[in-house]
Amino acid sequence: MSKIGVFICHCGENISATVNCGKVAEVAGKLEGVAYSTDYKYMCSDPGQTIIKQMIKEKGLDGVVVAACSPRMHEPTFRKACSEAGLNPYLCEMANLREHCSWVHDKSDATTQKAIDIVRTLVEKVKHNKPLSTIKVPVTKKALVIGGGIAGIQASLDIANAGHQVVLVEKEPSIGGHMSQLSETFPTLDCSQCILTPRMVEVAQHPNITLMTYAELEKLDGFIGNFKATIRKKAKSIDEKLCTGCGLCTTKCPTKKIPSEFNEGLGFRTAIYVPFPQAVPNKPVIDKLNCQYYLKGKCKVCEKVCPTGAIRFDQEDELVELEVGAVVVATGFNIMTTSEFPEYGYGKYPDVITGLQFERLASASGPTLGEIRRPSDGKIPEKIVFIACAGSRDPAKGKPYCSKICCMYTAKHAMLYQHKVHHGESYVFYMDIRAAGKNYDEFTRRAIVEDKVNYLRGRVSKVYEENGKLIVKGVDTLLNAKPVEIEVDMVVLASAGVANPGSEELAQKMHISYDAYNFFSEAHPKLKPVETNTAGIYLAGACQAPKDIPETVAAASGAAAKVAILFSQNELSREPVVAVVNRSAPPLYSTCVGCFMCATACPYSAIGEEEIKDRKGNVIKKVAKVNPGLCQGCGTCVAFCRSKSIDLDGYTNEQMYSEVMALLNE
Amino acid sequence: MTEFEPKIVAFVCNWCTYAGADLTGTSRIKYAQNVKIIRFPCTGRIDFMLLLKAFGEGADGIIVSGCHPNDCHYTSGNFHARRRWIMFRGLLDLLGIDVRRIQYSWVSAAEGAKWADVVNTTVTAIRELGPYTDYAKVANYLEKEANV
Ligand SMILES: Cc1cc2nc3c(=O)[nH]c(=O)nc-3n(C[C@H](O)[C@H](O)[C@H](O)COP(=O)(O)OP(=O)(O)OC[C@H]3O[C@@H](n4cnc5c(N)ncnc54)[C@H](O)[C@@H]3O)c2cc1C
Ligand code: SF4
Ligand code: SF4
Repeated sequence: MSKIGVFICHCGENISATVNCGKVAEVAGKLEGVAYSTDYKYMCSDPGQTIIKQMIKEKGLDGVVVAACSPRMHEPTFRKACSEAGLNPYLCEMANLREHCSWVHDKSDATTQKAIDIVRTLVEKVKHNKPLSTIKVPVTKKALVIGGGIAGIQASLDIANAGHQVVLVEKEPSIGGHMSQLSETFPTLDCSQCILTPRMVEVAQHPNITLMTYAELEKLDGFIGNFKATIRKKAKSIDEKLCTGCGLCTTKCPTKKIPSEFNEGLGFRTAIYVPFPQAVPNKPVIDKLNCQYYLKGKCKVCEKVCPTGAIRFDQEDELVELEVGAVVVATGFNIMTTSEFPEYGYGKYPDVITGLQFERLASASGPTLGEIRRPSDGKIPEKIVFIACAGSRDPAKGKPYCSKICCMYTAKHAMLYQHKVHHGESYVFYMDIRAAGKNYDEFTRRAIVEDKVNYLRGRVSKVYEENGKLIVKGVDTLLNAKPVEIEVDMVVLASAGVANPGSEELAQKMHISYDAYNFFSEAHPKLKPVETNTAGIYLAGACQAPKDIPETVAAASGAAAKVAILFSQNELSREPVVAVVNRSAPPLYSTCVGCFMCATACPYSAIGEEEIKDRKGNVIKKVAKVNPGLCQGCGTCVAFCRSKSIDLDGYTNEQMYSEVMALLNE
Repeated sequence: MTEFEPKIVAFVCNWCTYAGADLTGTSRIKYAQNVKIIRFPCTGRIDFMLLLKAFGEGADGIIVSGCHPNDCHYTSGNFHARRRWIMFRGLLDLLGIDVRRIQYSWVSAAEGAKWADVVNTTVTAIRELGPYTDYAKVANYLEKEANV
């Protein structure tokens, strides 16, 4: 007969407001096999855990059910408490009374009854729990960082400076990300390139960092401490060892009219190109989709002019396999393009541009060398409108969220404009000014007070072209929703920050979760902001949600710290939830019939063969055998096995059947 | 007469739907009390005989829910589950269990509102179908054929 202890938590009032906890404890106390039952205000608190520990010792409990919040929250807490009291931690289960009951139902007898049903189910399960011991796995102390924006750069440097090997994979020809495109940065107006490029160089020179640009993740297998990553290094069509980065090829290439990605289409590049002068590495790649040789089989000018003979037209993509212990995802974000706004001209007016395009105009390294000139005719705009929340906070655009950075960069843009075009007039249409952050509100004030930017509270309903001017129609809600119409030379959209295209596929490759907008999901919105739901994979920067630079860097250092913590161990303890093939005494040895259905189903190829031999060494039988180092505990094999010979520790057939029966039988 | 309150068991995976149902709670979205959850590591672990067992023990309806295709924490457990589900439907016909008593769905860790929706629609559907009464037949089948 079991001696189960049941501990019902009020969670302050989170549970007790709708569930009669005393009643649940009382009913649970009468269940068969329950030796002790009580309720308490905060089971996870120190005194709460002490009650559990004391009762384990006093009553000699051989199983514990803590009925509180989700096991995804506190299962480790309570299992640890049990083990401190000498009870095997895997003899402790949690009944989820908060997320699955008290928070989703109103106060009623039925809610209390549901809580009782849940507790009874877990009591039955725990009766069939077995003591298990954690599994030790080695840790490969090398990290993979995906994405080389400021997030990936910071994370790589931190991990490398902690003394570990890092492979940084960037899909573009250079690292730097969006920060390299920015002109000056809020809230200090220091030049983006000036603070970024030294770090880019540090990455390239760091002895612990291997940089792979023009490369992407092809495949990721394995698990925490033991991932196997396949990286596709796209053919750059140059021999990087021979190329000195002289750039002669880029000046001679005849294909000159390719819209430059770095300049957001406001300038041109050649087919063989370095995306920007400070690029790291500073070596060109050939864009095969635009190169005359790849398109038409003729040209090879670059090959002729290259002084070191570095051009390789026959180069092919290369697949590199890496063994890494941790992955930091730092693939960043993007913004909506003008073509996504029918009300602002679908992108057909050249002088309606995005914030990123404005950054390029304002940047000294940009197509206008830092002068604000409109794309259509190169004239300096005398009047300019900035539209904040273009797309953001707009459910109709599918982006009900606030992109967080736009209020700030719009203030920055208006200021930069006023600093560069002294006689110019600037207007900002906004919904609210959200400038929470150190020195942020002061910054937007400066734009309004010192730089005389006209802030109008209201939305812009339409922008259209008339006689070479753009007409901006909106309302000023602070003036009783008075309609306003302004004739201007240029319009800048602070368009919503969005997830990178391809985020969904990337998340699926890595088995991490993503939200409704395809940003990657953190493991807990408050307490685990840089972890994902997959152990060993961490998030840094704007790939999780739009973020500014300080926040991005903080997240990146946070992710790096998590990696360093992981790498401080030589071995990891893993949950012993693994499959086991039964063994029994001769002559049967195992009920396994050797069909190996389980092996075909296992997503991790964790099931092999074992030969059972008699004393003379003759093979009598071949049965399945699980490699506990590879098994991840999904249990797919269990559902496949016809003879019920393979079972999953922690979720055995016995446990699951008793749960079903207990749930349905009061 | 009071309204028929169906008993519904939800078989869900730990990574997507269990976490999604947690989010329903964190978001304080209310739903019907009739559904109780049993946590599995993966829908791939769900032996469909367990569903029959649930009917045999008096369930009126069942929800099976896990990660969306391609989102499985274990790569392909949910595909195996789906394939088994298709075969299992044939058996349901044989045993005379209306397939509408089983709601097979995908709810991700981010879809708190969808979980509430799945629960409420299932409860309404099972209310319309009425109580499941043939459990003796299923229990009998399990005992004779499946050795459970
Ligand atoms: C118009 C504008 C102005 C801004 N101004 C400021 C400012 O003044 N101050 C401030 O603090 N912040 C500003 N920001 C915000 C700033 O740009 C971000 O905080 C920062 O760029 C986020 O860095 P990140 O590394 O997370 O992402 P990103 O900069 O987007 O970098 C991501 C990197 O990952 C790479 N990548 C993407 N997918 C893959 C893949 N699958 N495989 C490999 N590599 C991949 C990308 O090529 C890129 O190099 C501004 C943003 C915008 C849009
Ligand atoms: S071969 Fe291609 S990259 Fe080289 S010069 Fe010609 S067009 Fe440019
Ligand atoms: S539980 Fe079974 S199918 Fe899943 S990983 Fe382990 S051995 Fe493979």
